[in-house]
Amino acid sequence: MPSTLPEGEPAPTDGALPAEVLAGAADRPLGIYLHVPFCATRCGYCDFNTYTAVELGPGVSQSSYADTAIAELDLAHRVLGDAARPVSTVFVGGGTPTLLPPAELTRMLRAVDERFGLEPGAEVTTESNPESVDAAALQALRAAGFTRISFGMQSAREHVLAVLDRQHTPGRVDRVVRDAQAAGFEHVNVDLIYGTPGESDADWGASLEAAVATGADHVSAYALIVEEGTRLAARIRRGEFDAPDDDVLADRYLMAEETLSGAGFAWYEVSNWARSEAGRSRHNVGYWTGADWWGVGPGAHSHVGGDAVGVRWWNVKHPAAYAERLQAGRSPAHAREILDAATRRTEDIMLRLRLRDGLALAGLRGSAVQTAERARDDGLLEPASYDEGRAVLTVRGRLLADALVRDLVA
Amino acid sequence: MRPLSVPAPPHAFTDPARIRNFCIIAHIDHGKSTLADRMLEFTGLVEGRNMRAQYLDKMDIERERGITIKAQNVRLPWTHDGDDYVLHLIDTPGHVDFSYEVSRSLAACEGAILLVDAAQGIEAQTLANLYLALENDLHIIPVLNKIDLPAAQPEKYAAELAHIIGCDPDTVLRVSAKTGEGVRELLDEVVRTVPHPVGDPDAPPRLLIFDSVYDQYRGVITYVRVFDGRLTTRDRCLMMSTGAAHETLEVGVAAPEPTPTGSIGVGEVGYVIPGVKEVRQARVGDTITSASKPATEMLGGYRHPKPMVYSGLYPIDGSDYPLLRDSLDKLQLNDAALVYEPETSVALGFGFRCGFLGLLHMEIVRERLEREADLALISTAPNVVYRIAMEDGSEMVVTNPADWPEGKISGVYEPIVDAMVLLPSDYVGSVMELCQQRRGTLKGMEYLSQDRVELKYVLPLAEIIFDFFDQLKSRTRGYASLDYEPAGEQEADLVKVDILLQGETVDAFSAIVHRDKAYAYGTAMTSKLRELIPRQQFEVPIQAAIGSRVIARENIRAIRKDVLAKCYGGDITRKRKLLEKQKEGKRRMKMVGRVEVPQEAFIAALQTTPKTD
Repeated sequence: MPSTLPEGEPAPTDGALPAEVLAGAADRPLGIYLHVPFCATRCGYCDFNTYTAVELGPGVSQSSYADTAIAELDLAHRVLGDAARPVSTVFVGGGTPTLLPPAELTRMLRAVDERFGLEPGAEVTTESNPESVDAAALQALRAAGFTRISFGMQSAREHVLAVLDRQHTPGRVDRVVRDAQAAGFEHVNVDLIYGTPGESDADWGASLEAAVATGADHVSAYALIVEEGTRLAARIRRGEFDAPDDDVLADRYLMAEETLSGAGFAWYEVSNWARSEAGRSRHNVGYWTGADWWGVGPGAHSHVGGDAVGVRWWNVKHPAAYAERLQAGRSPAHAREILDAATRRTEDIMLRLRLRDGLALAGLRGSAVQTAERARDDGLLEPASYDEGRAVLTVRGRLLADALVRDLVA
Repeated sequence: MRPLSVPAPPHAFTDPARIRNFCIIAHIDHGKSTLADRMLEFTGLVEGRNMRAQYLDKMDIERERGITIKAQNVRLPWTHDGDDYVLHLIDTPGHVDFSYEVSRSLAACEGAILLVDAAQGIEAQTLANLYLALENDLHIIPVLNKIDLPAAQPEKYAAELAHIIGCDPDTVLRVSAKTGEGVRELLDEVVRTVPHPVGDPDAPPRLLIFDSVYDQYRGVITYVRVFDGRLTTRDRCLMMSTGAAHETLEVGVAAPEPTPTGSIGVGEVGYVIPGVKEVRQARVGDTITSASKPATEMLGGYRHPKPMVYSGLYPIDGSDYPLLRDSLDKLQLNDAALVYEPETSVALGFGFRCGFLGLLHMEIVRERLEREADLALISTAPNVVYRIAMEDGSEMVVTNPADWPEGKISGVYEPIVDAMVLLPSDYVGSVMELCQQRRGTLKGMEYLSQDRVELKYVLPLAEIIFDFFDQLKSRTRGYASLDYEPAGEQEADLVKVDILLQGETVDAFSAIVHRDKAYAYGTAMTSKLRELIPRQQFEVPIQAAIGSRVIARENIRAIRKDVLAKCYGGDITRKRKLLEKQKEGKRRMKMVGRVEVPQEAFIAALQTTPKTD
């Protein structure tokens, strides 16, 4: 989650939602995102809304964070009212969630369960850095009800990890994945980053092989994005590193597709591969398919609504301001936007086109129909899926997904 | 000898024997306006404290550039040997683009002051205008100005002037318009030596329009010289070139502000307001007569202004198109030489194809549009007018590369000019080389003095309108001056070079060039566009072609990655907003076939038109 908040209209101080967005809520899955805005150190490429102890300043402590987050869960339950329902997915992200003791994460998860209830078979994920967990912690998390864990592996090469300022050693990931599986986690993800300055094709190939070898059943592979204001951006500006080259990134993506599909993974979103349908992140799929989700924590985004109308809002960014709002009994929402039907159609194109399940061609209007047909002829959409009424990207199409989205909404 | 203290408007017609009509021929910066200011002051017309520098130059652009675009005139009372005289100073425009206007101003005079900077000597334009004045049988008074300057070399330049006009160097007057030294003597010399006007006071009136300007409140004001008869506000005036009669709203003299007199008689210079809205209805060079007592013959020398240079003018913001149209309409009220018609360009959208007298005229029009209407404009590379003979015997005139014919061409004819370059002899080699590159033919070379040379060339006009002047200035460290006049046409090996994006012609970059320069233009343009046009989802060839023959080619490689890796819950709003912004940007994209080009890329390519040298 990039740290810059979008512009929006003022959000009500009591957090109230427009009545019409709650219509039909029972038919939509509900997810809870819990943001943990703490890291031990800040990585050079990261512009997420997270804080080291030094950056945080006085007045906010990691130890009181769970209580503050639970206060927002109370607010969520109150605001949703009749639309409050058992949640399908919980995702604890950061930051570094496992910087909090397992007991604190457990307390937050239990708070969700107590207020909303967890659906049978609910997916409960936490992110983790390989260096911030051990076997005991993993066992504790699994016992508390976490079902899925996601490790920030990034690379199998030490010099690449060094450029990214990652603290773990390459072998550490193997170890924690094994520990997680031993603790009973059925689904394990490893995150990879490609295109880091200094990374060669061979380095990337090795990272992919290593990721496969961990035994994780899910891999997310992201092209390095140099965000303004990060230390990495400054180092590139100073000429210490070259900015990632798009053609190189394209080659690395193709390597990822080749290695992962060769190892039995299948893509289900542009940057996500899973060994089985069950291994997909259902929580993330919810973001892309119009589910309701409540994002708890500073800077977290939430979304409630159906095809006709929806609302999305985002919380104040700084943990201190966030805590202050909740302590005063007010909503921590910073701003919101109302999503009308046309906007939702745009978002649908933008999000669903990235998925293996694709976008229904029947939903396209006007010149977008011809645009899709041309995209198929140009080799950006799978012809077979097209004939079945769905726009599904080819591997070349995945690399040009944003361009095609622009064409489709133009 | 003393100036009249009160410039009373004449109630009776002035005896032509007491009238002197004269102009000042000078180069930019040689002090013409300062001299005119001093004359106004010494004749008591404008008091020193009301003087603003360069009183007669009225347009902002003129004052800023120190050039005169529109001729002005002023009536100066002067007493010589106890007799009162009326001197009419007619200020002439100072640029080659307006040589026709110059010729009409000269035609209104009997004499001319040839004013030359005593530190610089005569310049090409001045020399050209001097030749025009001699053709009009004007009496020439040679004058050196700025004799107060430490760098002045009056002896040297007096000799140069004497050599050019064939007089005794001692008769060259020496003045300082700045200090006023010698200006009174100069006015006396005008009275003594310039012939007084001669005309038939009882004949039907014939008034030469030597300038015509549009005034927001009064309509068109014509500045006139009466050759025969008289015109009063009781007469309806008749434009002899069109045969249209108009009410005579006002007649007067410039003293120097317009002063109504009710009538104007033979030999006099003044103004007539004929109650028309556009200067095209009262053109420079036309003859005004009386509708009730019309003359039978026009005064000689009338010519319809003919555009020499064409260019497309486009608003950078497409929504400014109506404003551009209105502004051109308004400008045309005051500019009889400006022509334009709507034009559409793939690259630039809606605009106008405009015809101009020359490059300066083009620049002035563009600058006035930008300044007075606050428009941001882009112009295509200027081109001249071509005559094309086809093998089937037909002929056509091409003012726009887009109109270049498809069929078999038997001959292409381009306008040529007689060009005159005055320069220090040190730079002769370098300037000859430039003229050679520009397909010039040397016609003569003459030493005006030991170190000053006059070069005569025949040059294609197309070569001159393409940064020739800048090149000339840079090769001579600013010391060369240039003048030229149309000299007919010549057959030339000219071709149209098209620039194609993925096989589609980009109209704004088509150019008519000499075959020997086609390759240079083609490679320069294709490589420039390759840098400026963003990569697309497919490979885009950029070609330069003559007809179907490709002479240069570049490729824009296809973009391979255009996707952001992450799009999670917190990214959606930001990403959609970016998408909406890009959608707006996409609307402003120009489509050439399937290639999307930001208009800025076209603009950048046009603004730095490649040199073909």
